[in-house]
Amino acid sequence: MKFTLRWLKEHLDTDASLSEITDKLTAIGLEVESVTDPSQVLAPFIIGAVTKCGPHPDADKLKVCQVDTGAGTVQVVCGAPNARTGLKGVFAPPGTVVPGTGLHLKNAKIRGVESSGMLCSEKELGLSEDHQGIIELPEDAPVGSAYAAYAGLDDPVIEIAITPNRQDCLGVHGIARDLAAAGLGRVKTPAPKVAAGSFKSPIGVERRLGENDDACPLFVGRYIRGVKNGPSPRWLQDRLRAIGLRPISALVDMTNFITFDRGRPLHVFDADTVAGGIHVRLSRGGESLLALDGKEYDLDDSVTLIADDDGPLALGGIIGGESSGCSDDTVNVFIEAALFDTVRTAMSGRRLGTLSDARYRFERGVDPDAVFSGMDLATQMVLELCGGEPSEIVVSGDVPQWEKKVDFRPARVHALIGLDVPEDESLAILESLGFEAQRDGARLVMSVPSWRRDIDGEADLVEEVARIRGYDSIPITPLAKERAVTRPALTPEQRRRVTARRVLAGRGLNECVTWSFMPKRFAELFGGAQAELTLLNPISADLDVMRPSLLPNLVSAAARNSDRGLGDLGLFEAGPQYAGTRPEDQSMVLAGLRRGQAVPRNWHGKARDVDAFDAKADVMAILEELGAPVAKFQVSADTPVWYHPGRSGAVKLGPKTVLAVFGELHPRILQALDCAGPCVGFEVYLDALPQRRRDGSANRGALELNAFQPVDRDFAFLVDSDVESARLVAAALSADKKLVVDAVVFDVFAGAALGDGKKSVALRVTLQPAGQTLTEAEIDAVATKVVDAIAKATGGALRS
Amino acid sequence: MTMQNPQEIQDELIAAAAGADSLDQLEQVRVAALGRKGRVTDLMKSLGSMSPDERRAAGPAFNQLKDAVTAAIEARREALEAAAIDARLRSERIDVTLPARPEQQGTIHPVSQVTEELIAIFADMGFELAEGPDIEDDFHNFTALNMPPEHPARQMHDTFYLSEGGEDQRRLLRTHTSTVQIRAMTSRPPPHRLIVPGRTYRSDSDMTHTPMFHQVEGLVIDKTTHMGHLKGCLIEFVRAFFGVDDLPYRFRPSYFPFTEPSAEMDIGCSRDGGELRIGAGDDWLEILGCGMVNPRVLENCGIDSTEYQGFAFGMGIDRIAMLKYGIPDLRAFFESDLRWLRHYGFSALDVPTLSGGLAR
Repeated sequence: MKFTLRWLKEHLDTDASLSEITDKLTAIGLEVESVTDPSQVLAPFIIGAVTKCGPHPDADKLKVCQVDTGAGTVQVVCGAPNARTGLKGVFAPPGTVVPGTGLHLKNAKIRGVESSGMLCSEKELGLSEDHQGIIELPEDAPVGSAYAAYAGLDDPVIEIAITPNRQDCLGVHGIARDLAAAGLGRVKTPAPKVAAGSFKSPIGVERRLGENDDACPLFVGRYIRGVKNGPSPRWLQDRLRAIGLRPISALVDMTNFITFDRGRPLHVFDADTVAGGIHVRLSRGGESLLALDGKEYDLDDSVTLIADDDGPLALGGIIGGESSGCSDDTVNVFIEAALFDTVRTAMSGRRLGTLSDARYRFERGVDPDAVFSGMDLATQMVLELCGGEPSEIVVSGDVPQWEKKVDFRPARVHALIGLDVPEDESLAILESLGFEAQRDGARLVMSVPSWRRDIDGEADLVEEVARIRGYDSIPITPLAKERAVTRPALTPEQRRRVTARRVLAGRGLNECVTWSFMPKRFAELFGGAQAELTLLNPISADLDVMRPSLLPNLVSAAARNSDRGLGDLGLFEAGPQYAGTRPEDQSMVLAGLRRGQAVPRNWHGKARDVDAFDAKADVMAILEELGAPVAKFQVSADTPVWYHPGRSGAVKLGPKTVLAVFGELHPRILQALDCAGPCVGFEVYLDALPQRRRDGSANRGALELNAFQPVDRDFAFLVDSDVESARLVAAALSADKKLVVDAVVFDVFAGAALGDGKKSVALRVTLQPAGQTLTEAEIDAVATKVVDAIAKATGGALRS
Repeated sequence: MTMQNPQEIQDELIAAAAGADSLDQLEQVRVAALGRKGRVTDLMKSLGSMSPDERRAAGPAFNQLKDAVTAAIEARREALEAAAIDARLRSERIDVTLPARPEQQGTIHPVSQVTEELIAIFADMGFELAEGPDIEDDFHNFTALNMPPEHPARQMHDTFYLSEGGEDQRRLLRTHTSTVQIRAMTSRPPPHRLIVPGRTYRSDSDMTHTPMFHQVEGLVIDKTTHMGHLKGCLIEFVRAFFGVDDLPYRFRPSYFPFTEPSAEMDIGCSRDGGELRIGAGDDWLEILGCGMVNPRVLENCGIDSTEYQGFAFGMGIDRIAMLKYGIPDLRAFFESDLRWLRHYGFSALDVPTLSGGLAR
């Protein structure tokens, strides 16, 4: 919402300065977005007279002008076709920055002739796009005085942001009312003159809305005959131009003015184009209207129409039609002042894609009690600007019931905002905003003014008091803590996520945050893209389904980085994935990806590509750090289809609970996602991790130190190649559960010497004696048990 | 055999020790002097055949001689050992300018880091973390928050929908984390003091908007919390978060359907030379929206609004991360460009705490 300071002062009698006014506007919730003062930008520009204009000796298109600036005569070289002796124009001296072009003027020689300044076009002043020639001022323009003041451009333009609840401030009058309530003066908006109609309107109005009567509950019309349309007067044109509107003609400018002056949109039809009577009805499918914005609108069956016997004339509350618009030849007019339903106006406007000042106001709710006064003001202005003779008004419908009463307990002001505002002060504020207090015994009831449809309850009244009194006056009060020492804000599950992220960052991976959505064709590869997880209105076709896994986005990110030459990388993300639309279908996953070389070329040793065991190491590091029972893990080769079936594993706790999966990604997946090169990934299902004990005990139990040294024994077994090493380890550990405390695979190899289908697995087995040092015989006995157990479990034989 | 002059023996042995040029040679000198058949040993043995008077004169002299020879041998040994170590160290020299074995440092994303900072500050004011689902329904995202169907504010939200259907069935992506207010208030009784960081979605995409972004919601509900507490809490937050103790602020009246009275909070800044600086300056920067929870929202959650009241606030996590750390482009947050992640990311051990500092 834009307006000028002078415009405001026609509604507000105030001594306040511009900055006092703008500070107050922001303080009462009408946030000032910008203040522009054309007179500051245009300060150097003065009115000059060309006393002599002759040809330039060396350029056909240039002229050499002597310009009287009031303080002396200067020579200016000018290229404008209309430069001539006797012209009065706008002169800029050297040193001026020309707003329309950004040019910094200096004394210069133009084709060898001294030029000290410039005669300007409207475009150069930033006033319009007109650059046909330099500005020509009337003969009586005072030479030497400031152009901005002369042209009425010394009026600061204020732009404020209006929140959706404050349609009452979509007119300057309403803004003045708020400022007056806040102590910045007195409202002095003149009441419109009421014109008596001298004849009956030849155009009648009939609302044919049936059960949709609320689409337009009230239509007031008036016929004015014998008007003379034409350009509107200078003051009106200046005002519209200042707020960025283009003056068109007196009749049109009048409606735009009242829209911004009172927040009351109106429409004027050329009465001679109306066939028969005016009807208000809903559109019928197949109808269309060529509107004043030059667009043809195809209508469904839900738009509120102003129509005549031949068809649509205007989209009610949104925009008028081309055929019934006023022109310079218009002689008889029909003025519409009506009320249109907020929701229907909003829906129609949105569907048709029409933005208009009328729609903007009607969809927020125009003052229902200002229809008749709006008609009065429109009549007054038409008569003043265009003459003519008004008919009696035509009324269809009634002012809808708008009266509302809200209980008010003045003590609630203090309770809600913590500021003690005396009751009479609260009431004075509310009354200055148009509320009326009524006492009903101990109850205090406030009548809400017609222009404040947003007021809904007592809290709204408290807000009115608070904002007018000023939020600055609300005392700053520390939020009391229940306990002096801070207690944890995170649950153990939430903290695990934080920890896991930092484990991975410490292991060299970079955390990403990627979209929760992804391309459907990728989601399908990861078991997703169900219809229920597909967006109806995606921002682009590539972001159209909710992700079933975090990996595809990471793979795409790896490919993008690789294309930029950063192919050796580790990325991870901790975030949600979606198996369905219920809250419990969303799970928290930590996914990571390593691509390229795990170890780069270096002088210490060989470079190495990433492999499944890099991913396994990441998984194990996370799970161990998160306190999962690593000793109870089982790792098996059954993994989701997006992993390499022979080079991936699932970490399980028991047969059903999968804590994580890891491994090489399936080559088909990498190809589909356009990611070349070695690539391994993992997914840790954080929600599947067992919950930590919540009994509050941090006790770790006593440390039992064994006085006897552990003994290591190495074994190498020849087994079939498909025997999983974990089976050897499990067999070794079970061989003597008291003595064998650890078994680790330290070497695996296969080769021709071992025979086809065979491999050698070497284990280091650790024995921990409990009561006494083991003798060689005892050690040998355990070793035999280990060999036997492994042979039994795997068919493996000890290699000699 | 005539006895050699002890002084000559001493001189010869000391010269021999000094002349030894290896530890082996020195050992030979030592054996020849102090071994079982060494010359000093012999000399000492000769004391036994002396008269008491002779012995009294020769004893101390011989002992002195033995000490002198022993000391000379030891001194030479130390010198030879030092030389040997020096020689070894010279031979073991490496090029220390060569690089160490390669290691990679990873990073934490600014959204995670800033979320942890927020949690640290609000935890200290007694807030707990709460979370809720991204896929929501009309009730939690709009209706319960005092935005009934066709409420104009619903338009401003540019909602992503997952399915058609009526109020009850229609699924959407939450447009704000305020949904979790409703989930919290409908699942357990007041009092509440919660913050809710999380992903939010709006179908908007340009220089300053992305279809997904992060918000943190705050909620305090009890019997006494008023707007003065809201101010106290949020002033304390912005000053702690930005690390500017005298950070100017202002609260402006605003409008949100779910709060009444509503406010927006601005903080002071300057934009000299195009560079934004948070702190005292001649300009204001909008930082968050807040207000007293609308009684209708409380009633929608089954809370008696005549007994309970409180405030709520919401702000963009990405936005405050950009402001604090001078990150220019929101869209880059979600592009996973390694160069960006390394530049704007945080070290694994840079854990924000109030005691150690939020930013190091």
